[in-house]
Formats: sequence, C-alpha cells, structure tokens
Amino acid sequence: MNKLINDPSTVVSDALRGIAAAHPDLRVDHEQRIVLRADAPVRAKVGLVSGGGSGHEPLHAGFVGHGMLDAACAGEIFTSPVPDQMMAATKAVDGGAGVLHIVKNYTGDVMNFEMAAEMAEAETGVPVVSVVTDDDVAVQDSLYTAGRRGVGVTVLVEKIAGAAAQEGRSLAEVADVARKVNGNGRSMGVALTSCTVPAAGKPTFDLPDGQMEVGIGIHGEPGRRRVPAAPAAEIAEMLVSPILADLDFTGGDGVIAFVNGMGATPLLELYVMYHEIAALLGKAGVGIARSLVGPYITSLDMAGCSVTLVKADDEILRLWDAPVRTPALRWGI
Amino acid sequence: MAAGVDAAAVAAWLREFAGLVAANKDLLTELDSAIGDADHGTNMDRGMKAVLGALDSGDTPAALLKRAGMTMVSTVGGASGPLYGTAFLRMATAAGDAERLDGPAFAKALRAGLEGVVARGKAGPGDKTMIDALAPAVDALDAALAGGSPLTEALRAAVQAAEQGRDATIPLVARKGRASYLGERSAGHQDPGATSVTLLVTAAAAAFGESA
Repeated sequence: MNKLINDPSTVVSDALRGIAAAHPDLRVDHEQRIVLRADAPVRAKVGLVSGGGSGHEPLHAGFVGHGMLDAACAGEIFTSPVPDQMMAATKAVDGGAGVLHIVKNYTGDVMNFEMAAEMAEAETGVPVVSVVTDDDVAVQDSLYTAGRRGVGVTVLVEKIAGAAAQEGRSLAEVADVARKVNGNGRSMGVALTSCTVPAAGKPTFDLPDGQMEVGIGIHGEPGRRRVPAAPAAEIAEMLVSPILADLDFTGGDGVIAFVNGMGATPLLELYVMYHEIAALLGKAGVGIARSLVGPYITSLDMAGCSVTLVKADDEILRLWDAPVRTPALRWGI
Repeated sequence: MAAGVDAAAVAAWLREFAGLVAANKDLLTELDSAIGDADHGTNMDRGMKAVLGALDSGDTPAALLKRAGMTMVSTVGGASGPLYGTAFLRMATAAGDAERLDGPAFAKALRAGLEGVVARGKAGPGDKTMIDALAPAVDALDAALAGGSPLTEALRAAVQAAEQGRDATIPLVARKGRASYLGERSAGHQDPGATSVTLLVTAAAAAFGESA
C-alpha cells in the first residue's frame, strides 16, 4: 500500500508539523500534540476543546480558530488522545469562563476525557462541562451496545457551539447549544472500501469489489451489514431512510444537510449523492435550510460517505451563519 | 528468597508482560482488526515499552504499580490506556505501603484492579471484554489460595481460568466497546482485550514462579 508518509510511527507528528507550517494563525504544541488558536486563551470566552484519534482530518485540528474550537488534541491514528493532553489543552484555553469538552461517543474518547475532566477540576479548578456526541443511527442505543457513535454531527456541534462561545455566552449556555445540535442530529454512513492504518500496513477489513458496508463508523470498523454495490440513488435511500425513521425532520425551519466524504471519495461523487439526498428529502417534506458538502470527518483513505441531518431553528441557523475562520471552514470573515 | 511479591517481583512481572505484549503485538492487532480498529497490539506495545523505561529498582510494589498505571494512562490512549491504567492504579492503592505482598494480599490487589476495570469501563461479565478473562482468573486465584495452594500454583490455576474465559469470548456478541457496533457480526471472534489481559496473568505466573 503506497502512502505519502516517511515512517508509520511518526505520521501524526509529521502531519502536525505540516499544520503548523501551513497555518500561522494556529499554534502547535508538538510535545503535547495540541493545536491551539494562536491567541488562546481568549479572555472571558468559554474555551472549546475537542480531540480524538488522528485519521479524521480535517476534524479536529482543521476546526481550530475564530468561531469554532480553541484547541484540538491529536491522538495516535484512530486512538483517543490521553488525559494529559486534554488537561494541558484545557488549561491553555481557559480564559476565565470555563471550558467545554466536545467528545465523540467512543469508549476510549469518553474514558480519557472523563479522566481529564476529573484531573482538571481537582488540579486547577477550571470548570469543565463535557458534551458527548452520539448521532449514528446505525447503532441501537441500548444496554447491549456502547451507545450510538459520535460522527458527522460533531462537525456541526463544533461550529454552532463555537459561534455561541464567540458571542460571549456562558459555559452552561454553550453546552446547552451543543446538546441541542447533537439531540437534533442524526447520521448514517456507507463504505465502498476499507481503509489502511499506516502502522498495520494493510486494509482493516476485506471488502471485495462489488460489495459495500452499510452503517459504518469512522475508524475502518466494518458496518452493520454488507450488501452488493448499488447506484447512488439506492445508496442515498439506504442512508436517508433510517435517519428519517429515527427523528421527525418535517416542519420548523428545515435542516442543515451535510454530505461528508470518508476520505477517498471525489467531491464529484459527493455532489451526485447530494442531489439524490436532496430529492429524497423533498419527497419526504423536509426542507433544506443550509448545506455542507465535502470531506470534513474522514476515515483515512476509506471511500464512501455519510449523511448528517440537523433539525434547525432560528438560533441554530444564526449561529451556523456566524463568521468562522479555521483551516477547514471559513466564511463571513 | 522469602515468599511473596516484592518490588523486584513486580518489576519482573511488568517486564515479562511487556515481553509477551511485544511478542503478541501482531496477534493482538489482528484480533482487533476483525472486530475493532486494528490498533490494540500497537497501543499496548507502546504503553508497556514506556512502562519499562519508567521502572526503577528499590521501590515498593505500590510505587511501581502506580508508575505503571500513570504511564499507561499517559501514553496509550484509546480504551486500553484508561482501563489498564486504572487497573494498575487500583492495584497500587490496594497494595498500600507493604514491601512484600503475600498470596492473599496479591490476590486482593488483583481483584481491586478488576473492580477498577469494571468501574471505568462500565462493563460486566459476558460483554465480550477483558473482564471475561480477568474475572475468572481472579476468582480462580482466590479459590486456589483458599484451598491452601501456594501463590505460584494458584497463579497457574488463574492462567487456566483466564485462557478459558478468553476462549469463551469467541461466540459472544459484544455489548461494550467498539466491537459492540458490529452487533451479531462480532460473534465468532476472540476478544483482543481478553487476550491481552490473559497475557498479564500469564506474565505473573511466569515472573513469580521463582520468588513466590
């Protein structure tokens, strides 16, 4: 498997050096593997910290900047960062208004952020509130699973909660906004290929040509079921139906529709999918208020896509439209 | 050497475990590829190599276990970091300031480690996790010690119980961790966490064979 890397064991630190070189308005702590706003801490603003395994770029480091995250902690590929990193990030971004941790619902991420929040409160007294995203409808939220995975909605939570923090709202209010977006959001993904973790050197699972995995997460884990490959219109149906069955998206102010690439799928195909999805939503009486199309939360070199819908209201749309200046999302500024 | 687990024995145990993890790194990652995310071997190996670098002589068992736990938490990440880290930290607390743990004291520490894993991971028996190997091992250790076996012999019984528990994870449907996302498809695969924690028990039996 050919990769643009020097050495599998240095791929994360090498990429962080690239982020530092490409984005002078960010500051990178290479020892702790944290990407920060260069002007952190912003006084009297709630600090937003997220993080997770590497391999999902631009998530999370690509969303650090004005109107979004204050810091992102980079773990090893597909491995949660450690509490020390989250502690250091929390201290670095605390501008006196407390810190919000945005955590994707994966066992490792939740446990490490939990330990970090306990340690941060005990050692520094910085108030920390955690919001866990869990939007993946492929997983039943029951006693028999680790709960729904946090996937596409995480991008929208970071943008919208980031705007709320930028407006100067309190920690409790910013956390409420984040919870509302997560609660209003649902996602479903499909993989056309597996992906290759550099250290493993071969695809995580075998997926023969002509087959696809429906209900995947973002770590190359196989999906809920394997089905024959199908035209885009049918794949769109497989993704949208379970989302619409899980939450009523009709009425109100419509939805933010987010079609995300898993890493190796061209934008051309994502727009083919967007067209099919928009048609399905139209038929279902769901209005689209805003859209986002592109690779924003990826799974290394996996081909495929995910769909995320967030039921919008005035507040969500206003905060979505607010200025943002990060490497991966940038508008109004 | 007097019977019991002193700091040197704990250091030997951690070294043995690090060696077994390194030797089984590819196996652990392969098991994790089937039902997880293909990094258990890499992560455990990185963590235990760091633990080896942090071992000094002359400490108490608790001090060494605490250092091992902190190092795992700080270097591994994922779920294994907090779980193994919490296990070692709880063992350290249970070991107190004793210079030497006899059989029952070691068993008590290992049970405290198990309880830490249960609390941190919010998992129970049959969820297809490391608990499925560690819990029967701790039970077997207690039973053998209560029956009058010396620690060395009791640990052999614990290894057997861990191996049986590990093998029994194969048909289980995962209910915790990343494998749970697969639902029924997780059945038919051996759990990577149950496999690595069996190595931990195996390492104890090997390392304490001489001194205990």
